[in-house]
Amino acid sequence: MEENKNLNVETPNLEEATSKYSALTSANNSLAAALKKDAATYDVKKVERNAKIQKTIVTVIIYAFLFFLAIVVIFPFYWMIISSLKTYDEYILSTPTFWPTQTVYWKNYVDAYSAANLGLLFLNTVYVGLVSTLLSLVITVLSAFAFARLEFKGRDSMFAFMLATMMIPGELFTITNYQTVIVFLDWKNTFTALIVPFLVSVFYIYLLRQNFKQIPNELYLAAKVDGKTDMEYLLKVMIPLALPSLISITILKMMGAWNSYIWPRLVTDDTTHKLITNGLRGASFFVDGDENKINYPAQMAAVVIVSAPLFLVFIFLRKYIMKGVSRSGIKG
Amino acid sequence: MVDSKQQWKAWVYLLPALILLAVFTVYPIINTVKISLLEGYQPLGAVGGEQYAIGFANFTKVIQYKDFLTCLKNTVLLCVLTVPLSCFLALIVAVCLNSIGRLGKLLQTIYFLPYVTNSIAIGMVFAMMFNIVGLTSVEVQGYTGTFEIYNIYVDSNGVERGYIAQSWGIVNNLIQAFGGDPINWINAFKNINQEGASTYVANITVMVIYIVWNALPFKILILLGGLQGVNKQYYEAAKIDGASRIRTFFRITVPLLSPMIAYVVITGFIGGFKEYSSIVGIFGEDMGPAGDGSLMTIVGYIYKQISSNSYGVASAASLILFGIILAVTLVNLYVSSKNTHY
Repeated sequence: MEENKNLNVETPNLEEATSKYSALTSANNSLAAALKKDAATYDVKKVERNAKIQKTIVTVIIYAFLFFLAIVVIFPFYWMIISSLKTYDEYILSTPTFWPTQTVYWKNYVDAYSAANLGLLFLNTVYVGLVSTLLSLVITVLSAFAFARLEFKGRDSMFAFMLATMMIPGELFTITNYQTVIVFLDWKNTFTALIVPFLVSVFYIYLLRQNFKQIPNELYLAAKVDGKTDMEYLLKVMIPLALPSLISITILKMMGAWNSYIWPRLVTDDTTHKLITNGLRGASFFVDGDENKINYPAQMAAVVIVSAPLFLVFIFLRKYIMKGVSRSGIKG
Repeated sequence: MVDSKQQWKAWVYLLPALILLAVFTVYPIINTVKISLLEGYQPLGAVGGEQYAIGFANFTKVIQYKDFLTCLKNTVLLCVLTVPLSCFLALIVAVCLNSIGRLGKLLQTIYFLPYVTNSIAIGMVFAMMFNIVGLTSVEVQGYTGTFEIYNIYVDSNGVERGYIAQSWGIVNNLIQAFGGDPINWINAFKNINQEGASTYVANITVMVIYIVWNALPFKILILLGGLQGVNKQYYEAAKIDGASRIRTFFRITVPLLSPMIAYVVITGFIGGFKEYSSIVGIFGEDMGPAGDGSLMTIVGYIYKQISSNSYGVASAASLILFGIILAVTLVNLYVSSKNTHY
């Protein structure tokens, strides 16, 4: 900025301009002399080499830091898997082993599966996840279409109101919803109670509406001219074009069912409707029924079984998850 | 374009969403405010026509309740410790990742892993890593082994007994490898007596490590996305001017990223004030040892009140939580609007 100001200084008379010019030239000359002296005193190659060494050191530090962090991030997963394959006797050795040295003890998985009743929990969670995702997608697509394409009175103010509700913490809804579901609707221990209250997500409607809005209106008008109904246009044009968003929504919704803990704990307490996270936290893995001896290998086997589907989804659909997450900022 | 047919159609499309929103979003807002103002409210009593006194008794009950202050302290402390730490670490990681080549993509995927996990399940993994494993009760007098005896107590027969730890868990093993003393991180002796409860500092430390580990992926993702959108010319200009890396970081990277930094700080605080299931994942539903070491948070307090049918108190507490989150967010927005360069 300052140089700019100097350049714009007006020169009121020639005399001053000349003196300025000569001052500048002399400054320039002395700078050139200094540079010449520099070049004579310092070896340019040496300076370059120093810069190179410095750059290498910084790069090495960056890599070391990033690799150290990667190990810190991965270690809990590694320890979870390794522990799940050890016998209890090996696990409690006072000097830990970093891989199963005695035998690879697969029986932990059998024990975990039966102790936590994982099969049933799995089916329950998949059922709740699939049904709520399907219904939620239908509702979201229809509302997003209405907000993006149709014109009706109060559209913008209603949309703004819906967005405003996103600010309110979920706990505030939970109290009344618990009362509605348990006391007024008598849905305790039903899958309905797990599915219905969370079918509408304002955020998903918002996400899809933005996506729908990017599709040019001309396409809609052209479809109308061709005599297509709204439904045909929605199914044939809009849904295929917005497919990435729909996939993101599907994954996040399924992950939400997989990870939900608080609400299922409130509205279910029987085994036939329990979801996987609650079952996992509630299951007890003790050696010989002694509460001071938690059978960590079996517990970790259960944790591996519960986590595996999430990792598989992540490996195959990483792009959609990261895209969805970066736009949502919410977990599940 | 606005014809009556389209009006009618739009409402049909919106109908399912509007019905569900009315029942499960709009009604709860009104109802929660209502029952927070009714003393001793019970839903079945309300249906039966019972009348309740109107007033702020529920709010004063919440504020005066000693446990609520503990919850508030825990929640605020966890926020203040984890949000700056995770944001700063994520910023450093994002800048480093952005400066390296192809390997960055692989590393970013690794760093994202904690995000796609179940916070309860991985909480149990952390609990295992920090916990002391395999406690065995022994009589102090006859014990000839080499293990140190902890938590000596007198049992019902008047015999002096204590516990030996067969394994300290991987974290304590590492501490021992570097010459330190093992620490009771997460209440290993909880089934024995209160004396053996883990200290508050140890409990908080475990939670801070877990929460930061869990919060990094999202923050790295957002900040790295922001960095990749920064025009490279700024950095080239800084290089020509001979600016050092540190100077470039504070004068170019931080100002240009400030909207994203503000975003991760604000969402971090909002999430931090709602901390609950990560603590349950590690400490179980008791949320830490009873008494001074308790890690009960505001959300934990609300759920405790719901399960003991104190709807009025729970509603008041949730409105207070909403007020706190709103206030913190507004302060954050104000601060960031002063410091954000768009």
